[in-house]
Amino acid sequence: MDFLISHTHISPFYLIITGFIIGVLGGFFGVGGSFLAGPALFGVGVPMNIVVGTDLAHIVGKSIVAAKKHRALGNVDLKLGFIMVIGTIAGVEVGAQIIEHLKGLGRESADKVIGVTFVIVLISISGFVGWESWQTLKMQRSQKRRAKTASKKPKTKKDESAFAHIARRIHKINIPPMIKLKASGIQQISVWVILMVAFIGGVFSGFLGGGAGYIRMPAMVYLLGVPTHVAVGTDLFEVVISASYGTFTHALKGNVDIMIALVMHTGAAIGAQIGATATEYFHGPKIRLAFVPLPLIGAAIVIYGLLSGKSFK
Amino acid sequence: MKSKLSLAARSFLIELLVYSVLVGVYVLFVIGLLNTWLHGLYDHHKVFYATIALLLIIVQGVVLETVTTLLLKLIRSRSG
Repeated sequence: MDFLISHTHISPFYLIITGFIIGVLGGFFGVGGSFLAGPALFGVGVPMNIVVGTDLAHIVGKSIVAAKKHRALGNVDLKLGFIMVIGTIAGVEVGAQIIEHLKGLGRESADKVIGVTFVIVLISISGFVGWESWQTLKMQRSQKRRAKTASKKPKTKKDESAFAHIARRIHKINIPPMIKLKASGIQQISVWVILMVAFIGGVFSGFLGGGAGYIRMPAMVYLLGVPTHVAVGTDLFEVVISASYGTFTHALKGNVDIMIALVMHTGAAIGAQIGATATEYFHGPKIRLAFVPLPLIGAAIVIYGLLSGKSFK
Repeated sequence: MKSKLSLAARSFLIELLVYSVLVGVYVLFVIGLLNTWLHGLYDHHKVFYATIALLLIIVQGVVLETVTTLLLKLIRSRSG
């Protein structure tokens, strides 16, 4: 199929299957999947500027589907989502400004700084989430054993975290205004803490590209103490708003081939539904453990890009 | 739990087959027809193109979500 805007010829099957895989990942983990979508488009000859804009457009369609599904399952904390959008947009702007500053130092230097930061961040996230999930699963197993000995029914479906004490400590930071997040089961938390977490996620999004769900989702779970299912749904809800803004501005600059996004999204729509429904069958630490390889895939792609000298997002 | 999981997997497989046929028709006829019109907008009316692009992806997102949900409901009700 010919895509006239980007002057490329791509098989629609390739785009639909790519969209499907990314949709499953997005629905299940609440991440945009840019670290897979970007290279997939770039690999078939789409120019890099159009890859960035088209990927954002595709994220809008996909996230709407997944966010709607998560909302129906009660996994979206709207109050938290709206507060986070403010911090995210401010952070994206700061991240973009850092890029502009690095561009002034030369493209090669900018690519190296961004690339190395990306690899460090992705490997750290993967390592930490893997270690924490493993600790939590071990903790649950020993609780089950203790409950068996005491002939009590174990609470296996509860979304627990070995780092719940960090979130509890953060909840005690008393900087007004303090709010209650009923949907997330948080009795009180400072609005400034939420804005700060969203801002950091936004900086990563503006600096490294994509939706930065790989950093916002773990931050919501471990720092804010949001249950994993709610963190996934709320992250998707927030991505819909920020990616819509990104799509519009990129389209104005001629960086969006909406035809590619529409075809890719037909696969993502069904994939997102399967991914979101799968969260009904897997719980907290298991979802987080399955998340571990994703940042590593992104890191591998970036390392390849750095070593081969090819540009990436 | 396992039987619930296998039932869900079976429903998804059937849904995937039906959905593939629907999407094939949609990509060939609807999206194929939009190609030239959108290219014209892209070249001459960037603001209009940006608005239409965002609207198209949002509308497609909502419509396809409705289609997939309806399909899954239909298949699950038929398979009991």
